[in-house]
Amino acid sequence: MLDILEQVGINNYIYLSTLLFCVGVLGILYRRSTIVMLMSVELMLAAANLLLAVFSVYHQDVSGQVFVIFAMAVAAAEVAVGLAILVSIYRNIGSIDIDKLKNLKG
Amino acid sequence: METGLVLLLLIFPLVGFLINLSVGKKIGRSLPGIIATAAVTGSFAISLFYFIQILSTGQAIEVHLFQWVAFGEFSVNLAFVLDQLSLLWLLVVTGIGTLIHIYSIGYMHDDENVDRFFSYLNLFIFFMIVLVTANNLLVMFIGWEGVGLCSYLLIGFWYKNQQFNDAAKKAFIMNRIGDLGFLTGVFTLAYLFKTVDFATLKLALSTTTTPETSALLGVAAFCLFIGAMGKSAQIPLYTWLPDAMAGPTPVSALIHAATMVTAGIFMITRLNFLFDLTPDIQYFIAIIGAVTALFAASIGIVQTDIKKVLAYSTVSQLGLMFLALGLGAYQIAVFHVITHAFFKACLFLGSGSVIHAMGGEQDMRKMGGLKGVMSITYITFLVSTLSISGIPPFAGFFSKDEIMLVAFQNSPILWVVAMLASLLTAFYMFRVLYLTFFKEFRGTSEQKKHLHESPSSMTMPLIVLGVLATVGGLISLPFGYSWLNNYLSPIFSGSDVVEAHGFSTEQMVFMGVSTLIALIGMSLAYYKYMTKSTVPEEDEKITGFAKVLYNKYYIDEIYNTIFIKPIYAMSNFFNSIVESIITGVVFGFALIAKGLSAPAKALQNGSVGFYLSFFVVAFCLLIICLFLV
Repeated sequence: MLDILEQVGINNYIYLSTLLFCVGVLGILYRRSTIVMLMSVELMLAAANLLLAVFSVYHQDVSGQVFVIFAMAVAAAEVAVGLAILVSIYRNIGSIDIDKLKNLKG
Repeated sequence: METGLVLLLLIFPLVGFLINLSVGKKIGRSLPGIIATAAVTGSFAISLFYFIQILSTGQAIEVHLFQWVAFGEFSVNLAFVLDQLSLLWLLVVTGIGTLIHIYSIGYMHDDENVDRFFSYLNLFIFFMIVLVTANNLLVMFIGWEGVGLCSYLLIGFWYKNQQFNDAAKKAFIMNRIGDLGFLTGVFTLAYLFKTVDFATLKLALSTTTTPETSALLGVAAFCLFIGAMGKSAQIPLYTWLPDAMAGPTPVSALIHAATMVTAGIFMITRLNFLFDLTPDIQYFIAIIGAVTALFAASIGIVQTDIKKVLAYSTVSQLGLMFLALGLGAYQIAVFHVITHAFFKACLFLGSGSVIHAMGGEQDMRKMGGLKGVMSITYITFLVSTLSISGIPPFAGFFSKDEIMLVAFQNSPILWVVAMLASLLTAFYMFRVLYLTFFKEFRGTSEQKKHLHESPSSMTMPLIVLGVLATVGGLISLPFGYSWLNNYLSPIFSGSDVVEAHGFSTEQMVFMGVSTLIALIGMSLAYYKYMTKSTVPEEDEKITGFAKVLYNKYYIDEIYNTIFIKPIYAMSNFFNSIVESIITGVVFGFALIAKGLSAPAKALQNGSVGFYLSFFVVAFCLLIICLFLV
């Protein structure tokens, strides 16, 4: 594993992960469909996981990869809850457009 | 073992209360009454056990549970004492309580809230036991307040009637005025002696006699007497008692005649060592007592509601007891409390039996001729009437006669007042008897069909009380053969009057005079209501002084004008002016805060996208600040 990392170069991994993260952030900020926003959140999580795995190999420390497994399990659970909330929102107001969710306006 | 048994005495009624309160609705109509009666009977049995024990040993039993309050040198224990005085009272409270519980099973049988009724009655018995067994003034105050609460709950038992609720509130507020006095008295004593314990107080009082202390003692005694005035319905705080007749009749018998209203007398008897040191207050008590006795009796002679007459009669008899207390004759007051409990409970229960038969009618103008239908009620009522009027050899004669004797020896004026009161007592009691049980029936024909003797659960207590009202005088016979005086002598330190055994002519003449007065009252009533067969007139036709009496000297109206209306006016003033100023200020602050926060409000626009962008920007700034700057 370490030689693959050495061939590609750790810098490139960091760039990729940063790129992925920024795509996620922009997705959240600019897309109005809640389901796409949820996907963007997943993208950000994936970026963080990737970085964790890379550094785990780099430092030759397995705990980073264990952490990734945990993060993915939590992400899966979070998606289940998030989608359930989405379904419930859709049933209530017939739309998942983020701009229509303005009931909390002060 | 001892602690456990004494605690059981207290806990029985409390458990009865809790059971009826929690599951009373689910266990049917008849079970609550049985549970409550069993609870009180249990307490009565324990009281009887200790009474028999103290008869042979003469030793008071003290039960110390735990330290309740402690600050500085002042501490109060939750402790109880069973001595001669409290055991006597316990027997009266639980004994008559048991009888009245049995009576209530019959009387309240058709009521939908019978479980609530019995739970309140049990709670009352519990607090009354706390009151009489208390070892110090604060524990006594728990009972004192508790019985007031139960009285309030039971007067307003039929809460759907607004008048009854008002009567309950009146009783409660009047009692609060007295309670304030009681508390002030307790605080004064606590300030003076750093203790509220009866035994310690007694000891402390016997040794300290500086002028400053005795002045404050007077204040304490006066304040405590105000407490007694409230609880025992003396002038000027008596007006709640007649109104308290709104409650069910067994309640009137138990709380507003036999037990709770005697709490003031109990308290003063308990603190006899204090009152002995303040002769001015004692004299004041005697005057208040005598005036109340006459005043209430004069109102009683024209009332037409059978329970109202009995209520005023109670106030009047309590006045006589206070007269005895004021003259330092504590054991005589206790004697009269006991005989009064017998005959007045019997009278009230008798009137309850009559009201039961009349289908709720209380106006004597619509009664009459019940003698034939309700023979047991009639006989017991007759016996009690003879007893309260002071006709020998019934119980009331002995106790009343002793009060008259002691009044005569101390102050002939008070004696004359008391004599007039007992003349009126005999008159109005026989008036009730004649109007209710003799001549023809004056009610509707429908009521006439309904007339019946009450069930045995109601007549049995009547018979027992009737017997007690007849023979109750035996506990304290005149001419020095008084069992009660010997029994109570450990309680009264200073005033153990050693009477010579044997007959004295003076006393014989005196008894003759008393009896004669009672007979005069009786014959006046006979002449007016039997020979001339007068029936009290309709409300509108009453004129002259009788009208003043019928309207109770307009005392309620006077109180209304002097106290209630100004308070209402003041409340209205505060409500309209002061309230609006305070509200304005508070609202003003709120408005300022609202105005200041208007710009910040725009941020909370409800758009999730906006929040998220804000979040991202802020997070980026945070990162920059942390790592790049």
